[in-house]
Amino acid sequence: MAEATRLPIAPSPAAPSWLGQLSWAWVGVVPFFVFALMFLIVPTALLMVGGFQDAQGHLTLRNLADLFQPTILSSYVISIKVSAASAIGGALIGFALAYAAIAGGLPAFVRPALMTFSGVASNFAGVPLAFAFLATLGRAGLATALLNRWGIDIYRGGFNLLSFWGLTLTYMYFQIPLMVLILAPAIDGLKREWREASANLGASGWEYWRYIVLPILWPPLLGATLLLFANAFGAVATAYALTGSSLNIVTIVLYAQIRGDVLHNQNLGYALALGMILITGLSNGAYIWLRGRSERWLR
Amino acid sequence: MTRGRLISWLLLLFGVLYFFVPLLGTLEFSLRYLRGRYSLTAYQIVLNDPRFLATIGYSTTLALATIAVGVVLVVPTAYWIQLRLPRLRPVVEFITLLPLVIPAIVFVFGYLRLYNSSSFLPLTGSERATDLLLTCSYVTLALPYMYRAVDTGLRAIDVRTLTEAAQSLGAAWSTILLRVILPNVRVAVLSGAFLTFAIVIGEFTMASLLNRPAFGPYLQNIGANRAYEPAALAIISFAITWASIGLIQVLGRGAPGQTVAR
Repeated sequence: MAEATRLPIAPSPAAPSWLGQLSWAWVGVVPFFVFALMFLIVPTALLMVGGFQDAQGHLTLRNLADLFQPTILSSYVISIKVSAASAIGGALIGFALAYAAIAGGLPAFVRPALMTFSGVASNFAGVPLAFAFLATLGRAGLATALLNRWGIDIYRGGFNLLSFWGLTLTYMYFQIPLMVLILAPAIDGLKREWREASANLGASGWEYWRYIVLPILWPPLLGATLLLFANAFGAVATAYALTGSSLNIVTIVLYAQIRGDVLHNQNLGYALALGMILITGLSNGAYIWLRGRSERWLR
Repeated sequence: MTRGRLISWLLLLFGVLYFFVPLLGTLEFSLRYLRGRYSLTAYQIVLNDPRFLATIGYSTTLALATIAVGVVLVVPTAYWIQLRLPRLRPVVEFITLLPLVIPAIVFVFGYLRLYNSSSFLPLTGSERATDLLLTCSYVTLALPYMYRAVDTGLRAIDVRTLTEAAQSLGAAWSTILLRVILPNVRVAVLSGAFLTFAIVIGEFTMASLLNRPAFGPYLQNIGANRAYEPAALAIISFAITWASIGLIQVLGRGAPGQTVAR
């Protein structure tokens, strides 16, 4: 029998024997870890620790308590409301769109077109998006003018783009495509055999949805909604360009704080950031947990 | 047509309207500069504005720097993780998830506290140093996408065999990385690069808080002061984003590991 010669991967140049076999491999990833420490871990950790300190550096829970003062609490509440509204709206519409394109019996070209456009549209956020919506639904916008010509004056009816609902609507422009992108694999996982089997056993369309689709899809649906929530919560550029400081969301307050210490208390600013990290961290953590759960059915 | 299919078509119609009407509205608004007729005057004003060229040039330079730093950081790391340190994979993947969880504004806040003029590493002390800090901020933002792209690309090639073959021919590690691995993940790296480009060009928060003359703050400034030019800029910005992402799709067809249609 021929001797199998297996060329081992030689660490080259040879490491000193007291360092062990893995020494040169570790050197290869050191730059990454140094970068991660310098620009990811340490800055965040400093902010989080700073939230628990006062101006002299002593540990205190005062800043956390101060987060509940009216102006800051209301900013968190508005942020949560805008994020939740755009996340739920984006989730429902995104799910409906994705399901229609993938499992809704539409022609084959619809799905790749929707995916491509979602890929681009989910990146079209920030300042240009605010301009686009101002040009469309602002007082002089195209859609406003068109609706006016057909007799519907939305501004007289109480709509205002520079408001809570205007911002929510603008956020949904990138939330919906993001939902489509995240949910596509999950909808793919719904096997056609299940629909056929349920029809075979006499289930109506509604029963198919209630007893088969929703129980399987609710973890990815909920998880994606939470991801959308965290995504909207951390956004600042779109809001800054659209509503400026008139809508008092947390990111705008933090922006003003970084610019000019409007809270007159550095550590309160750190606590503000700490609150944000907590909320986005919890949302993303729940998303990851739910994603793990959903993979049972959707292989 | 069944009722289900009708609903699907209606949803699709709604989706198409929702996505294209804002784009059309922006385009139409940008053509309205001269009263009474459509013209490209707003675009002419924008393209002739020296600040437009300056900020786009600055952002493009920074984007290229970000891509360079990102590639140098990510490719060796992903390679080593794949080849020799699989146990570190969860740690590295967690790190690359951090920029997706923690908002960008929080990172900048941390940098300003850690690297301000009175710290041990005063990166905000001079303009060049702040440019470096901004580049590293952008690398942070692009890290998840870059790592995922390169990791996927490395999984599609047989890293172990390539490395053993190169070593048996006497190659040093630098040669292996530069002349064997990198060309084989070229497509993945390029797709990560174009996504990074799109991210950096449109970025506002970090550039604004670090006070650098990037394209994002310029856009916001124009929007606050002018009426029709912002719409023109939005169209231009969207065209750049679409081109970058479109190039990714085009490139993606030439990736190794995909079956080639003959």
